[in-house]
Amino acid sequence: MSFTSRQVSIAGSTLHYRIAGPEGAPTLLFLHGAGGADSALGVLATFADRWRVIVPDHPGFGASADPEWLDTIHDAAYAYLDFLEALDLRQVHLVGSSLGGWLAMEIAVRDASRLSRLTLIAAAGIRPGDIPTGDLFMWSPEERVRNTIADPLLAEKILALPQTPEQAEVALRNHFTTAKLCWEPRFFDPHLDKWLHRLRLPVQVIWGEQDRLFPLQLGRKLAALIPAARFDVMPGCGHVPTVENPALLSALLREFQGSTP
Amino acid sequence: MKFTLFHLMPYADLDLNEAAQYPTAWVHTPNRLYDPQKGARLYNRYLDELELGEQLGFDGVAVNEHHQTAYGIMPSPIVTAAALARRTRTAKIAILGSAIPLRNHPLTLAEEHAMIDNITEGRLITGFVRGIGAEYHAWGTNPVFSHERFHEAHDLIIAAWTRPGPFRWSRKHYHFEYVNLWPRPYQQPHPPIWIPSQGSTETIEWAADPSRRYTYLQTFSPLKAVRKYLEQYRETAARKGWTASDDKLGWAIPVYVADTDEQARREAKPHFENFRNRFLKMPIEMLLPPGYSSIESMRGIAKAKAQITGDITLEIAVEMGMFFCGSVATVREQIGAAWQDMRVGHMLPMLQFGTLPAELTEANIRRFAGEVIPYLRRLTASTAASTTAPASTPTSASSNTASRPAA
Repeated sequence: MSFTSRQVSIAGSTLHYRIAGPEGAPTLLFLHGAGGADSALGVLATFADRWRVIVPDHPGFGASADPEWLDTIHDAAYAYLDFLEALDLRQVHLVGSSLGGWLAMEIAVRDASRLSRLTLIAAAGIRPGDIPTGDLFMWSPEERVRNTIADPLLAEKILALPQTPEQAEVALRNHFTTAKLCWEPRFFDPHLDKWLHRLRLPVQVIWGEQDRLFPLQLGRKLAALIPAARFDVMPGCGHVPTVENPALLSALLREFQGSTP
Repeated sequence: MKFTLFHLMPYADLDLNEAAQYPTAWVHTPNRLYDPQKGARLYNRYLDELELGEQLGFDGVAVNEHHQTAYGIMPSPIVTAAALARRTRTAKIAILGSAIPLRNHPLTLAEEHAMIDNITEGRLITGFVRGIGAEYHAWGTNPVFSHERFHEAHDLIIAAWTRPGPFRWSRKHYHFEYVNLWPRPYQQPHPPIWIPSQGSTETIEWAADPSRRYTYLQTFSPLKAVRKYLEQYRETAARKGWTASDDKLGWAIPVYVADTDEQARREAKPHFENFRNRFLKMPIEMLLPPGYSSIESMRGIAKAKAQITGDITLEIAVEMGMFFCGSVATVREQIGAAWQDMRVGHMLPMLQFGTLPAELTEANIRRFAGEVIPYLRRLTASTAASTTAPASTPTSASSNTASRPAA
C-alpha cells in the first residue's frame, strides 16, 4: 500500500501530508518525532488495509512550509486542530511518537472531540524532574542514531545508509524546527501535566525498555499522570519503535484498537 | 590608531590533565576543577593587568562575557567593568560585549551599563553580542530566537536610553509596562556602541546602517578575513550613503612581544596553543546549535568544522595572521603594515591568552605599551599628516597623536 502526497493550507501556511487506505475507513493520524515521518512509513503502511492512514509533516518539518506564526508547540497543536477540521476527520486514532506524542497530548487536552483513542510512543512533553534524559542537541548526527537505536547492529546499518542532499536538507530543517519547539524548556511544557486529567479517552503509552533519550522511568511517570492509560513496554527497544521493532509495535497498536470501542 | 587592552580572563590554573578527560572546556567540564582560592588570585591578577594597561598609556581596557567555561571566567563583564570603573581614571572601559539575547530582562543591562557610564563620567564603551553558540547550551536560551532577541533587546535598550520615560514596551520577546530608566546614561544620547563579530554579512549590514553607524570589531580571525570584513564594512557604509571613518573599525588579536622572534615564539607557544586548542575548542554541536546560524550558513558546516574543531599550532596562527608574535621590530612592522593596508582605527591586543603566566603577561604588556604603541602612534600620525588619506581617514587619524587625549 503506497501513500499519496497531498497538501492543505492551515492558517495561511502549506501543510504537507501523506495519505493511504480506503476512503470511509476509520482514521489513523500519525504525528512524527523530531527526525520526521519517513522512518515510520513502513509500519504505518501495514495499517492501510483497514485504516485511512494520514501522516502529516509538522509545520516547519519535511515538505511542509515553515510558517511565520510557528513559535511554540502550542502553535503546532492549534494548527492540528485546524487540520482536523479542514479534513473533517472524526473518530481519529491519534498516534504520536516522541515530539509527536507531546504534540498529540497538547492537541487532546485542548479538544479531543474528534479523537477516539490516543497512542503515545516514547512521548516528550512532561517535566522529567530528576529522571536523567539524553541531550539530542548536544549529540552529533551519528550519536543521535547510536543513542536512540538500542541495537548497535541496527544503528550501524542505519548509519551506513546513503543520504541524498535533499534528505540532508530536510534533516537540517527538522533539527532547526525541533530546537524551536523543544529547546527551552527541554522537550516539555511545564504546564501540561496540570491538564492531563482532561485525557478522558482511551490512552495507550508505549515505551522502549532501552530508551536512552527518554528513559523508561519517564514513560511510567507519564502513564501514571493519565487516567486509565495502559502502559506497554517494548523489550530491547530504544527510542524509535517504528524502526526498531515495527512488528511488535504494530501488534500493540492493533491490540489497543481491538480492545477499545 | 587607538589601543584598547583586551582581556578574556581565562581560568589559567585549569588542571589540563584532568580537563583532558572532557572534549571541551565549555559547559561539560565539571566546576569541581574550579578552585576558588586560585580563581580569586586570577581575578585580582587580571584586574591588575588591565589597570597597569591604563598606567602604561592604553586608551582603553576591555572585558567580555562567557558562561560556564574555563575559556573566560567573566560570566558578568558588568562586574569586572564596575571593578575597573573606580580603579581607573582616564581609560575607556569597553564591555565587548554583553550577550543581550541571553537576558530575559534586557533592561537590567540598560541599567547596569548606564550606572557604569555615570560612575566613570562617560568612559563606557558598550558592546552588544549574541554570545557564542555554547552560551545557548549553558544558559538555556533558545538559539532559534537568538537573532530576534538580539535585535529586540538592542532596540529596547536604545529606547530605554534615549526615549523619555515612562513608556510601554511590548514586542515579541519582551514586555514592560513601565520603561523609565534611572539613571539615564552619562554620555548623550548613549555610550558609543561597538559590535564584535567574527564576520557576518548580516551583522555588517546591521551595524553599518546609517541609523546606527556602530564601530565594527573583527575578533580573532586570520588577517585575510580581517581585511575582507573591514573592507566590507566600509563598502556597506558607502553603499548606504555615508563614509566610515577609521574609528568605525576595530580589530582584536592576541599579541606577544619579546626580545627576539625566537624567544617570543618559545615563550608564547604552549600558552597560545592552550588558548586555541584547549580553552577555545568545542564540538560543532556546541559551537553552532540549531538556529544560532541560518540554515544557509549551516550548509557550509563541513568547512566550518574543519576550521573550528581542528588544532592549530602557533606557527600556523602566526602565518595566518591570527597572532602577532615576535620581537618589537617584528610586531611593529606587522601591525604597521596592517594599518597601512586597512586603516583600522582601533587595535585591541589581547596580551594575556590561555595559560600565559603573570610575569610573561606583565612583560608583554610593558613591551607593547612602551615600544609598540608609541611607534604606531607616530606612524599613524605622520602617515595621516603626510599623505592624502582617503576621505574617511584624516579626522580620526590626526587626533591619535602621541599623547592620549584626556577623557
